[in-house]
Amino acid sequence: MARVTADVRGSPADLGLSPADLIAIYRDMFTARAVSERLWLLGRQGKVYFLVSCEGHEAAQVGSVYGMRPGADIFIPYYRDLAVALALGSQPIDMVLHALGKSADPYSGGRQLPGHYSSRERNIVSGSSCVATQILHGVGTAFASKRRGENVASITYFGDGATSKGDFHEAMNFAAIHKLPVVFFCENNGWAISVPQDKQMVVQDISKKAEGYGMPGVTVDGMNVLDVVRATREARDRALSGEGPTLIEAKVHRFSSHSSNDDHRRYRSPEELAAERESDPVARYKSLLIDISVFDEARAAEIEKEVMNALDDAVDAAEASPDPTPDSAYTHVYSTEEV
Amino acid sequence: MAEKTVLEAIKDGLAEELDRDDSVVIMGEDVGNMGGAFRATEGFLARYGERQVIDTPLAETSIVGIAIGMAVNGMRPIAEIQFADFMFPAYDQIVNEAAKFRYRSNGEFTVPMVMRTPYGAGIHGGLYHSQSIEVQLAHIPGLKVVAPSTPYDAKGLLKSSIRDPDPVMFLEHKRTYRLIKGEVPDEDYTLPIGLADVKREGSDITVLTYGLMVHFSLEAAEELAKEGVSVEVIDLRSLLPLDKETILESVKKTSKALIVYEDNLTLGYGAELSAILASEAFEYLDGPVMRVASPDIPSMPFHPAMEFDALPNPARIADALRRLAAY
Repeated sequence: MARVTADVRGSPADLGLSPADLIAIYRDMFTARAVSERLWLLGRQGKVYFLVSCEGHEAAQVGSVYGMRPGADIFIPYYRDLAVALALGSQPIDMVLHALGKSADPYSGGRQLPGHYSSRERNIVSGSSCVATQILHGVGTAFASKRRGENVASITYFGDGATSKGDFHEAMNFAAIHKLPVVFFCENNGWAISVPQDKQMVVQDISKKAEGYGMPGVTVDGMNVLDVVRATREARDRALSGEGPTLIEAKVHRFSSHSSNDDHRRYRSPEELAAERESDPVARYKSLLIDISVFDEARAAEIEKEVMNALDDAVDAAEASPDPTPDSAYTHVYSTEEV
Repeated sequence: MAEKTVLEAIKDGLAEELDRDDSVVIMGEDVGNMGGAFRATEGFLARYGERQVIDTPLAETSIVGIAIGMAVNGMRPIAEIQFADFMFPAYDQIVNEAAKFRYRSNGEFTVPMVMRTPYGAGIHGGLYHSQSIEVQLAHIPGLKVVAPSTPYDAKGLLKSSIRDPDPVMFLEHKRTYRLIKGEVPDEDYTLPIGLADVKREGSDITVLTYGLMVHFSLEAAEELAKEGVSVEVIDLRSLLPLDKETILESVKKTSKALIVYEDNLTLGYGAELSAILASEAFEYLDGPVMRVASPDIPSMPFHPAMEFDALPNPARIADALRRLAAY
């Protein structure tokens, strides 16, 4: 590996990431951005009723997945984690089918609002729209893995807003008591919808909340994907060595409004929004890969074109896909198996 | 067969399921060291260890929320809420999470867990150790709600609940724990969730009830028998799903129905039963569908003078039966 820019601690090689891995990370981040933007456009066209964008959170989300062990570990995302689902192998067409609520929506069969990722095959646990409830589920999945003696960690995701809720407190407390193999991953963008962090809490670093539970809290630059990989990997190693949970606070910026039903220009200044865009995690990572000669502009452009072409196809295919039948509203209420 | 109390039957049922399946765990406040507020798990910690008996912090949201995560990941947790009155912090987890997992994931994720909780009045528990909470649960599709009244039913339904693939709220009437005794088979048995049981056959009036009120209704039926009125007492046992077939069959036979429940009257479980009878047994009814329930006060007051006035009793049920018999 050639030179490394100053804003990455250590080198990508230290992380055990091959050039192919580094490019895969870029592809996932770029895809997440492209899917978010395209879905937003479909929303503007009146084809998608509701959206939650991951723009600004791509490095934190993708980095966290590469710090874990997909295929073994259990992921409990929240509704902004589009890039988590993508990095775990979900395809753009899955995202579009989901956003359109189609019958083939792999996450919920058209039942849930867009942003609710779920896949038993990929160990992505279904979530609700409630804030913080899923943090407790991640503690429970970790408890079960540890009890069976499996080498499996759980990672549970949430925003800064969720740390105000009791579920967060109860989850952190229980996980620490039992030294559970769980990573608490907070994507702190500083906004609980329209409420800024200083109206949510007094502390500036959410990671400080960990101390009260007797676990380490780590603040990481969530706009730097390799820093996030490193922090998550360390937390995972710690979890699986029996030392217990870690709270990771990835500081990020929310480039979009909270959801498609919000317009954050009503409570955020144009200057602030423009300044945050300067730290674009996708562009920043792309420059890094060019700087350290993992790829060049031309190769990056090829990858981007591949993604965009695949996305065009995904949108066409998803739009042509059948809607759910009305009677599918009445299935999966209870098991139909004999007890 | 041996004679057991409701509490003993529940304790036996729990122990047998812990023995049968290592993925079954009991978790809650004081379930370990103390053996439970009512001693339903006494001795379990010594016998099964912390692998299967988990004392939790005093935090109901986490008891239920963590149990959900365990159930999603292959375990069969039995989450105990020490008193039904304290279920409400966990209500979000019960309603928005446990009940909706299967539906929202298009059948991919399921929550096979049991939430046990003692409910009901009659032990001088005051406002916060007496409430009936069944309607807040039986209104939630995705949940099952079971409320047995006898040792035999309690054990058989508890074992079914633990083996059920969906989340089950298992409501134990705390007044019946030591009051009600009955024969319980020694061998392993289960009872299907969703079937009512005719606890007393009769031909003139049907009583629809569950929990402690089954026993009060049986006492009242005995009184009415002396007066020449034949009362059929149906123990619903399962509130969700509800065994409409047994209910309608009985009411079509007797043509009169009295609904007895100890929750407060308005929008209690009897409201739904009344609506079912009005729409599906209308042509068979020879009298009004009547209800005996607690008055609409916030909860059960502590002093027995007030508690036993508010709580329905056999005499009040008998009075209602007499009024109904007169039609």
